[in-house]
Amino acid sequence: MSAVEPVNPAYRRRKRRNALMMSLSAVALAFGLFWLFWILGVLLWEGAAALRPSLFVQMTPPPGSDGGLANAIFGSVLMAGAGALIGTPVGILAGTYLAEYGRRGWLTPATRFINDVLLSAPSIVIGLFVYTVWVAQFRHFSGWAGALALAIIVVPVVVRTTDDMLKLVPHSLREAAAALGAPTWKVITLVSYRAARAGIVTGVLLAIARITGETAPLLFTALNNQFWSADMDKPMANLPVVIFQFAMSPYEDWHRLAWGGAALITLFVLAINIAARAFFRK
Amino acid sequence: MTAVLDNGPFTVAPDRATVLEHAPPPPMLRNNALMDAIFRNVTRFFAFLVFSLLAGILLSLLAGAVPSMRQFGLPFLWHAEWDPVKEQFGALVPIVGTLGTSFIALLIAIPVSFGIAVFLTELSPVWLRRPLGTAIEMLAAIPSIIYGMWGLFVFAPVFQLYVQPLLKKTIGQVPYLSGIVAGPPMGIGMLTAGIILAIMVIPFITAVMRDVFEIVPAMLKESAYGLGSTTWEVVRHVVLPYAKVGVIGGIMLGLGRALGETMAVTFVIGNAHQLSASLFAPGNSIASALANEFTEAVGDLYTSSLIELGLILFLITTIVLACSKLLLLQLAKREGTNA
Repeated sequence: MSAVEPVNPAYRRRKRRNALMMSLSAVALAFGLFWLFWILGVLLWEGAAALRPSLFVQMTPPPGSDGGLANAIFGSVLMAGAGALIGTPVGILAGTYLAEYGRRGWLTPATRFINDVLLSAPSIVIGLFVYTVWVAQFRHFSGWAGALALAIIVVPVVVRTTDDMLKLVPHSLREAAAALGAPTWKVITLVSYRAARAGIVTGVLLAIARITGETAPLLFTALNNQFWSADMDKPMANLPVVIFQFAMSPYEDWHRLAWGGAALITLFVLAINIAARAFFRK
Repeated sequence: MTAVLDNGPFTVAPDRATVLEHAPPPPMLRNNALMDAIFRNVTRFFAFLVFSLLAGILLSLLAGAVPSMRQFGLPFLWHAEWDPVKEQFGALVPIVGTLGTSFIALLIAIPVSFGIAVFLTELSPVWLRRPLGTAIEMLAAIPSIIYGMWGLFVFAPVFQLYVQPLLKKTIGQVPYLSGIVAGPPMGIGMLTAGIILAIMVIPFITAVMRDVFEIVPAMLKESAYGLGSTTWEVVRHVVLPYAKVGVIGGIMLGLGRALGETMAVTFVIGNAHQLSASLFAPGNSIASALANEFTEAVGDLYTSSLIELGLILFLITTIVLACSKLLLLQLAKREGTNA
């Protein structure tokens, strides 16, 4: 029987087809990795030329003169920080309700559904939303509006991870705590949160990584600022929008700064992503 | 004392009283009950906040779009004119650009994501799965603006020099098809935007496909292998039919992502309000029109028209993402009943 098979044309055709399809799938993987390495390679190459100490201490320059990105970096840190500080508690508390309280009723399934839609909603629409409810009402762009837009992007990420991670906590832990007489809120804060801590922290880290590179929601909210400003009630410089403005300009030295900023953001975002994964696995 | 003892059943009463004396004082119990109520309602409030966010976004955009809706009505959707000077606005060009680039992106991303998912679930040695999977996921972590910059400064010139002339020489010679590669090779344009979008949505579609491939019961696959199937036959006739709903859900998720992608497209699409059958021609998408024009829009009608564009985009993506979620839920439910 086995001597017949190799010459069986149907068998050979199937083998050939299998080999072809499996090689194509390897090619697909190579195709995906090809772009990753191309983009990272370009960033490292162009970024290495631009990443100098002056990048961190000097202000964004007018075209033709020397400068850095200090005000943009500061603004980004401030707004991403504020966005994460606002969005994280909201997300954790909402996620807590979904996983711990909302076993019955319509609110939990409906909120989960909407949260998943928000998770992938276009970030530019979030910017538009904050523009209409905040910027258009107060009639000026501000760092707070930018932080609010970023917070709205943080919330669904944190809700999802908190919900998922709390659902993984074994019921026996909660029952043991309840049997010792602990009230529900103590069971949640002292037992469930502790058991799910690694996962929740990972979610928050991933959310911070996501908002660090977000440009679209800041275009109509924080706008930009050529100067150093720590006033969150005024338009505020931030790395992504500065990169956008500089890269779209015709000036060579602005392009160089944009590459520096791009390399900085990407390295930061990838570092957080990898750190979050490592932290979660531990 | 003896009188109490004589009372029989009432002997329990003093015992209970002494127990209560040593138990935690009632105020603390009451505090706990209060804290419980507070904590429960605070979490419910925030859950409700998240729940109402979608409606809030929808309503605020709707309110902002009213002036434009009043002025242009339903024809806004199919008028191609976009003239800020004469205050004539129509959404056709950006809608076509958004749908067109996303379609190109899916055309490339679906087979590639499928291949990657098959490789990672069926072919790859186990120790390689995590690093390779993480590398593909990193494509999703790279910020959109980086794709845009790389696309404009690095990819577009290469595309213009090598790929576009090649496409003109091949597809351009085929009758009926030559129109889609007409015009000068500029590097930027609809096709470039579509290709970069494809790279950006590959990790999302791949992640869902991997997840749904992994829930296919091993017993089904092993039965097929036992009958002598090749790996491809198992994927094609066992894995894919079982996970079909989830695969479509993953594709819809990728579509939702591609439709709303802003910065990368803004860099490379060319931002021209014109319709062209050629994929080499510059175009515009809803998101990039917003990114480019919104802060510079003067006049209420211009701003309002842009907000209406945003509303259209939000409606389309919400419907697509909701479909994706429903399909994936359906698969999860079936999985639940099978288990």
